[in-house]
Amino acid sequence: MGEAVLAAEGLTVIRGERLVFAGLSFTVPRGGALLLVGPNGSGKSTLLRLLAGLGRAEAGRLLWAGEDALADRTAHAARVAYLGHQDAVKPGLSVAENLAFWGGPAAVARALAAVDLARLAELPTRMLSAGQKRRLALARLAMGAAPLWLLDEPTLGLDTASVARFGEMLKSHRNTGGIVIAATHLPLPLPGAAELALA
Amino acid sequence: MTRFWGLIAREWRLSVRHGGDTLASILFFVLAASLFPLAIGPAPETLGRLAPGIVWVCALLAALLPLDRLFGADLDDGSLDQLMLCGLPPSAVALAKALAHWLVTGVPLLLAAGPVAVMLRMPEEAVPVLLAGLLPGTIVLSLLGSAGAAIVLGARRGGVLLPLLVLPLAAPVLIFGVGAADAAAAGQAARPHLLLLCALLAAALPLCPLAAGAALRGAAE
Repeated sequence: MGEAVLAAEGLTVIRGERLVFAGLSFTVPRGGALLLVGPNGSGKSTLLRLLAGLGRAEAGRLLWAGEDALADRTAHAARVAYLGHQDAVKPGLSVAENLAFWGGPAAVARALAAVDLARLAELPTRMLSAGQKRRLALARLAMGAAPLWLLDEPTLGLDTASVARFGEMLKSHRNTGGIVIAATHLPLPLPGAAELALA
Repeated sequence: MTRFWGLIAREWRLSVRHGGDTLASILFFVLAASLFPLAIGPAPETLGRLAPGIVWVCALLAALLPLDRLFGADLDDGSLDQLMLCGLPPSAVALAKALAHWLVTGVPLLLAAGPVAVMLRMPEEAVPVLLAGLLPGTIVLSLLGSAGAAIVLGARRGGVLLPLLVLPLAAPVLIFGVGAADAAAAGQAARPHLLLLCALLAAALPLCPLAAGAALRGAAE
């Protein structure tokens, strides 16, 4: 593994009046993976949103290649592909149209093939099952070239074949130097991932 | 820049798919304007005198109708997070949303306003001026509305709060818009009113997206 690309130093988040976590520090190298584990409400999703630049830290720094990542959040957004709890899928658009905003037709076809939705490309998204919608949300990860994937329960509702295909996506992303940080309660196909326990 | 136009195209496509929402605001406009002849009587001199005000107030209210879903739908289904991360600054996202709102409500309102004005017996020479005022006016309304919609995002009963926030801000647009049409009907110069409307547009164009962008960032947190 190479040098650390992403480094958190003493991250502290307070939501409302409650301290979610304090003094959180970790590093992730190129091609590395980090699993966030902990009980419900321990701040896994909050941490992922913070890493995406969607949340705000009370204290601490987030460094990307040695520079403060959250100083310019629009620039940081270009490095991030974020998969939240919600699929962010528009039921009125077709499967391919949902992805069209994120890239050209070739990229859409490639991303749909990666999650095995290519034959449903023209179908309105409201006809999809929950698992298929999740796969469409996963396909969006493959649309850009964002090096940092932040995944919140990515395999929720997926069948075993889809989890295996998702494993391939994760593998090729990491082989090209990408970073994966995932919060999950289910086993993920992420060999050699470090674990960060949130209490 | 491609992203920006892509976002407008996506919003446009979504509005066409959910055509009912778009159609509802136009039908509201036509229907509300049609109530006035019934309420105040069809006498041409009274009705024609009130016509500019009726058209403007109805257009203002109709433009407000689809606003609570402008960002609300995106907040509910998680798309707002993705928009915040799409590589555009939040203010550009807000501007694209405002322009999309104008394309799907402002432009149809403009098209419907002519026939409605004629129906209300508005003096013929004032109709082009009314439309010339509605053109910058509806853009300002979309900008103000998108800023308001972003600010009330995530608030409980945001749909009630929204008109309370936007309507006072829209008052100058209404005043100059109606003023232009009234001046034309009275044979006076409408140009100063129209120029003031354009000045409002010039102020709203940079300020509203900035406010809306900051509000969107806050709502996503």
